[in-house]
Amino acid sequence: MQTQFAPERLADSQMAESEKILRSCVHCGFCTATCPTYLLEGDELDSPRGRIYLIKDMLENDKPASADVVKHVDRCLSCLSCMTTCPSGVHYMHLVDHARAHIEKTYRRPLADRFIRAVLAAILPYPNRFRAALALGRLGQPLAPVLAKLPGGERLKSMLALVPQKLPRAPKPTQQNLAAAKKGRVALLAGCAQQVLDPEINAATTRLLNRLGIEIADTKDTGCCGALVHHMGKEHQGHVAAKRAIDAWWPEIEAGKLDAIIITASGCGTTIKDYGFMLRDDPDYAHKAKAVSELALDITQYLATLDLPKGEPREEVIAYHSACSMQHGQQIRDEPKNLLKTAGFTVKDVPEGHICCGSAGTYNILQPGFATRLRDRKVKNIERVAPDLIATGNIGCMTQIGTGTDIPIIHTIQVLDWAYGGPKPAALG
Amino acid sequence: MTAIAFAQPDAAILARRDAIVAGLAALVPSDVLITNPDECRAYETDAFTAYRRMPMAVLLPRSTQEVAAIMAFCQEQGVNVVARGAGTSLAGGAIPQEDAVVIGVSRLNRVLEFDRPNRTLKVEAGITNLAVSAAVAPDGFFYAPDPSSQLACTIAGNIAMNSGGAHCLKYGVTTNNVLGATVVLADGSIVELGGDAMDMPGLDLLGLIVGSEGQLGIVTEAILRVLPLAEGARPVLFGFDTSEDAGACVAAIIGAGIVPVAMEFMDKPAIEICEAFAKAGYPLDVGAMLIIEVEGSDDEIDFTLQKIVEIANGHGVKVIKQSRSATETAQIWKGRKSAFGATGRIADYLCMDGTIPTSQLPYVLKRMSEIVAGYGLRVANVFHAGDGNLHPLILFNANDPEELAKAEMAGADILTLCVEVGGCLTGEHGVGIEKRDLMPKQFTREELDQQMRVRAVFDPQWRLNPSKVFPLENRWMPQ
Ligand SMILES: Cc1cc2nc3c(=O)[nH]c(=O)nc-3n(C[C@H](O)[C@H](O)[C@H](O)COP(=O)(O)OP(=O)(O)OC[C@H]3O[C@@H](n4cnc5c(N)ncnc54)[C@H](O)[C@@H]3O)c2cc1C
Ligand code: SF4
Ligand code: SF4
Repeated sequence: MQTQFAPERLADSQMAESEKILRSCVHCGFCTATCPTYLLEGDELDSPRGRIYLIKDMLENDKPASADVVKHVDRCLSCLSCMTTCPSGVHYMHLVDHARAHIEKTYRRPLADRFIRAVLAAILPYPNRFRAALALGRLGQPLAPVLAKLPGGERLKSMLALVPQKLPRAPKPTQQNLAAAKKGRVALLAGCAQQVLDPEINAATTRLLNRLGIEIADTKDTGCCGALVHHMGKEHQGHVAAKRAIDAWWPEIEAGKLDAIIITASGCGTTIKDYGFMLRDDPDYAHKAKAVSELALDITQYLATLDLPKGEPREEVIAYHSACSMQHGQQIRDEPKNLLKTAGFTVKDVPEGHICCGSAGTYNILQPGFATRLRDRKVKNIERVAPDLIATGNIGCMTQIGTGTDIPIIHTIQVLDWAYGGPKPAALG
Repeated sequence: MTAIAFAQPDAAILARRDAIVAGLAALVPSDVLITNPDECRAYETDAFTAYRRMPMAVLLPRSTQEVAAIMAFCQEQGVNVVARGAGTSLAGGAIPQEDAVVIGVSRLNRVLEFDRPNRTLKVEAGITNLAVSAAVAPDGFFYAPDPSSQLACTIAGNIAMNSGGAHCLKYGVTTNNVLGATVVLADGSIVELGGDAMDMPGLDLLGLIVGSEGQLGIVTEAILRVLPLAEGARPVLFGFDTSEDAGACVAAIIGAGIVPVAMEFMDKPAIEICEAFAKAGYPLDVGAMLIIEVEGSDDEIDFTLQKIVEIANGHGVKVIKQSRSATETAQIWKGRKSAFGATGRIADYLCMDGTIPTSQLPYVLKRMSEIVAGYGLRVANVFHAGDGNLHPLILFNANDPEELAKAEMAGADILTLCVEVGGCLTGEHGVGIEKRDLMPKQFTREELDQQMRVRAVFDPQWRLNPSKVFPLENRWMPQ
């Protein structure tokens, strides 16, 4: 597509990058058809091509973000389905990240909106604060109908709806009994919200990897990877988080002691794999960030390299829900399903599997209307294959889909740990 | 900007903008009407992005009745109307204008009724082409016309452009597969044309609507013919040293009376572009390639293929590669169907759409390269060879106005060449604005007047998509 940026504005590396992205879009419209919000609204403004056009106009003419542009960019889930579809290789993720940062800088959100975003950014990335907030949230749940009537209350209500009834106690990942001969050494991202909502995920990862002879390096706490704030356009906070994670891993990487950095939440995986790009202009961090991104692997990608033994056929039918950050963000499609099949399960694809469940980080709180419609659509599609359980690789989807169905939804790694000798996941009773 | 003119916006309409918008707002629910300039901008063009015009407002109605109310209002107020489906037109057919409102049918996207015994499907016209096939696939059926844009384009747009696709060689284009349509006329009246069978009694008014590019009314529903899926289908790649060899092979296959389901051509630049995107296993060491798909039982496929291979051997084929699995077949078609978009990875392009007699393929391919080279540009060729429908993609840099002008001139020369060898300006993308000013090369004054007289029966005041199809000068108006 033609662009009209003043040459001096392209001196800025981020602007130059966005211009390049815009130039590669041929406005063919293919992406509209696989965009969840376009499917719901049928309005090009809520489609990738429309958003790209709005962003183009804003960046090209150096306009402060207007309320309307913000509305449509906010509705974007960052599911990146459009990137999978786009034949021209338009890097929508980097473009919308830029747009979000531009919005954050040039647009003053209404008070209620600012408030909820600040709260989310201040709580979610910090496990202790998040745990405390959830406890409070449970107290607040009975108030939901009242809160819903306040301005911005829909969001509070949806936030409360996502609060689990009871929090699992947080066991420290089990001792590392390296049974087999040591075959590898990896770092495991502890993550933020996931360790609070379901600490069993990383515990299962540790158990399974240990059993396979993989040692888990005892690195410093990385904290949140930065994805949550990054997606809210809080660029600086995102970079700070990224650097903290990089610092935690760097001594091990520098010493050449890590085979991989393992991530068990695909949402985090997409962001960590993008650190190299995020920090490309930072003289102190560019090379480290690149190294981290290159080492980052989703747990299923790593397991796929380990040649797990074929298991006896099992009776459970699994619907595999591919998180958007898995299939679109990281383009990981077959590994999780193949692992489950190898372990002996019958694995079914979910119809319309490329469409988001509406979780999308903080989206289900910030855009409850769209999120609920997408969740219901997803649950309907899952139920069509009548599975015994749902497996997925992202905590956000687990929480989101879990509020809409009674079918147990379990992290892929817990299912695999179980199949290879670990405990039966609690959700299966 | 560029060479193709739009009519001067009607000052009288612009002056009444606020009143018109207020009238529309009173007519439809608020989320149906878009008037904010920031938002309207996303509707200022389609896939022919070299041209852009801001509409006065955009309407996204949810029912035929809403469309009818809007049309009646626009007629009464004398406002121009541009219909829009998914905005994938490559001819600028859906580009609005300042004194017009856009009526988009993207929300009219439901399947209404599947009549399985009679093999017809009734849909709202804003449904995407691929969603139609997806709706009947579980029952073993499909909708035959398959434009490369089928993932996104709508049945409404297909009807307006009489769209075709790779598999139309055997099954015909849109007009051969649409049985009936519900159309809202300029005055807001709702008519049903055609019916649910191939040949309805009376004047074939449906035939007029198909290919009318939004000038006769707004299509809101359609009854489509769906076909049983073939037992099997197998695409085969044939690589040749030169485009001329491949072109001659196509002419010979058609000449021998063989009708494969699809016969697609790609030259070297196109092969490289598509292979890089789709990793379909296209041969990279050839000058041109044909994708020929045959279908039926295994025996039928083998029989037809054998005859095709014999002919190809006679034309110096270098590589023959059959698809061995459903995955390979999918990749082969993904590469072909993504050709235009994938080209966007390396350059901007103008996609031409002329049609020629297949016997002229070798000559025209050679002349096209010369023409484009003469302007100092490059061309990638990918097209429906079986029916002689060319799609040269003229590569250029859209940020360089001089290159755009050259690309447009090269395009005009190519289309003129098509007409000269006995072909026509457009195979399936329609005239839109892109080929509007070339119409006199194809038709005489009298022929154009005839067509405009028919147009005037439906839209005497030139309110529906008025800047398209017919040159702006010498427009025939009812006395
Ligand atoms: C990458 C790419 C590949 C393509 N490949 C092919 C191909 O293989 N074969 C092919 O034939 N075309 C192809 N096209 C062109 C385009 O997709 C078709 O012309 C398609 O039919 C347009 O459909 P649409 O829904 O996008 O319509 P739009 O682009 O929105 O509109 C097209 C025309 O239809 C009119 N229109 C829209 N809706 C209505 C309605 N409800 N009532 C009356 N008129 C209406 C518009 O006014 C306009 O004149 C391709 C386009 C792209 C971008
Ligand atoms: S599919 Fe890609 S090139 Fe086409 S409109 Fe969408 S982003 Fe642009
Ligand atoms: S990221 Fe998802 S929601 Fe956002 S534009 Fe792309 S497809 Fe649509």
